[in-house]
Amino acid sequence: MSDTTVRARANDIPVYQFDSLAWTSPKPLSESRVAVVTTAGLTTDSASLWSQSDEGFTVLPHGTTNLSFAHFSPNFDRSGFNLDVNTVLPIDRLDEMAAAGIIGSVAEQHISFMGAQADHNLATMRLDSGPAAAHLLREDGVDTILLTPV
Amino acid sequence: MEFPLGRPLGKPLDSGFQTSVISAAFDLLNEPSGPVLVDFPIIIEDASSEVLACAIPPRFNPDLHPAVDEALGLRAAYNRTVERYGRTSVGRTGTADEIPDLIDVFVKISDGTALEEIEVPGGDHIAVAMDLRSYYEEAALSLSDHVPDARQAESWIYQGTKLGEVLHGAQARLKAAGLDRRDWYYVMPSTQQRGD
Repeated sequence: MSDTTVRARANDIPVYQFDSLAWTSPKPLSESRVAVVTTAGLTTDSASLWSQSDEGFTVLPHGTTNLSFAHFSPNFDRSGFNLDVNTVLPIDRLDEMAAAGIIGSVAEQHISFMGAQADHNLATMRLDSGPAAAHLLREDGVDTILLTPV
Repeated sequence: MEFPLGRPLGKPLDSGFQTSVISAAFDLLNEPSGPVLVDFPIIIEDASSEVLACAIPPRFNPDLHPAVDEALGLRAAYNRTVERYGRTSVGRTGTADEIPDLIDVFVKISDGTALEEIEVPGGDHIAVAMDLRSYYEEAALSLSDHVPDARQAESWIYQGTKLGEVLHGAQARLKAAGLDRRDWYYVMPSTQQRGD
C-alpha cells in the first residue's frame, strides 16, 4: 500500500464545515513575525508519546534541538524528520528568510498539535486548544503562521 | 502539496526545495480575497515499494533470538545517528539499552503468549512498537549511503529484517485473539500491513 491509497481512504472522511470563513488582509511579509504550527505531534523530549485523540498542543521554543516525532499514528514517514527537522518544522528556512529580509522576524515559539484525530469535528481544537495556542502566538507578536500538516 | 505523508516540506536536506515550498505558500498572502487553493507544481510519491538497501551487520550470538541479535548489531549505527543529529525518538517505553527487552515483548506475543500475561514496559505495546521502529529507522540512516526516499527505511524494517518478521507474526496473533483494532493494527504503519 502506498500513500496514494492512504490518501484515497482519508478523502471520504467527513469533516467539520464552517458556516463562514474569516479573511484578513495581512501586513507586508517583510514586516511580519512568523511562527510554524505543525500537526506532526512533536514533543521536546523522547519520553512521551502523544495519546490517541489528544487535541492539545505543545509549545516548541525556537532553537530547541531535542525534538521528537511523537505522533500516535504510525502511518507517517518518519525518516524525513529524522534526517532533517526542517522537513516538518522549517525553522532554519524561516531564519534564513528573516536574515534575508523576506520576512520580518521568526517567533520565539512554535506550536505542535497532532493530526489524524479520531474526532473529525475537532471540537476541542476548534473551541479550546486552538484559540489557546493562537493566544500564545499573538502574545509573541506573531502575524503569520505557516501550517505544516502531518 | 502532494508530498509523502510525514514530509510536508517535501525533501529532507534540500534547503532550496524547502524554501521554494514556503515561498509558494507565502505568495498566497498576496491574493486579494480568499479562500484560495493552489496546487504546488511538483508531486513527490513515496517509495514504499522500494526497500532501502541497508546492510545489516552480521549476527554473532546464536544463543540470542535472531531479532535481538540483529538489534544489538545495529547499535553502533544507531549511536552514530544520535551522535550526528543530536536527538532520538527512542525512549517512550525504554532506552536503546533496553531494546532487547522491548523486542522480547513481541517475540512472546508471536510465540502465542497472551498479551495480558506479558509485562509490557510502559504498559502499552503499541508504544513499544514505536520505540522499536524508531531504533531501527534511526540506525538505518547511518547504514544507507544516500538520503532515503519516503518509506524506504520503513519498508526495510517490516520487509527486510528479523524484527519485521516478529512484528508481523505478533500482529497476526493479536488480531486472531480478537483484540480491538487499535491494539493490533497500529503495530505497524498502514503501508506495511499484510492482507489489509
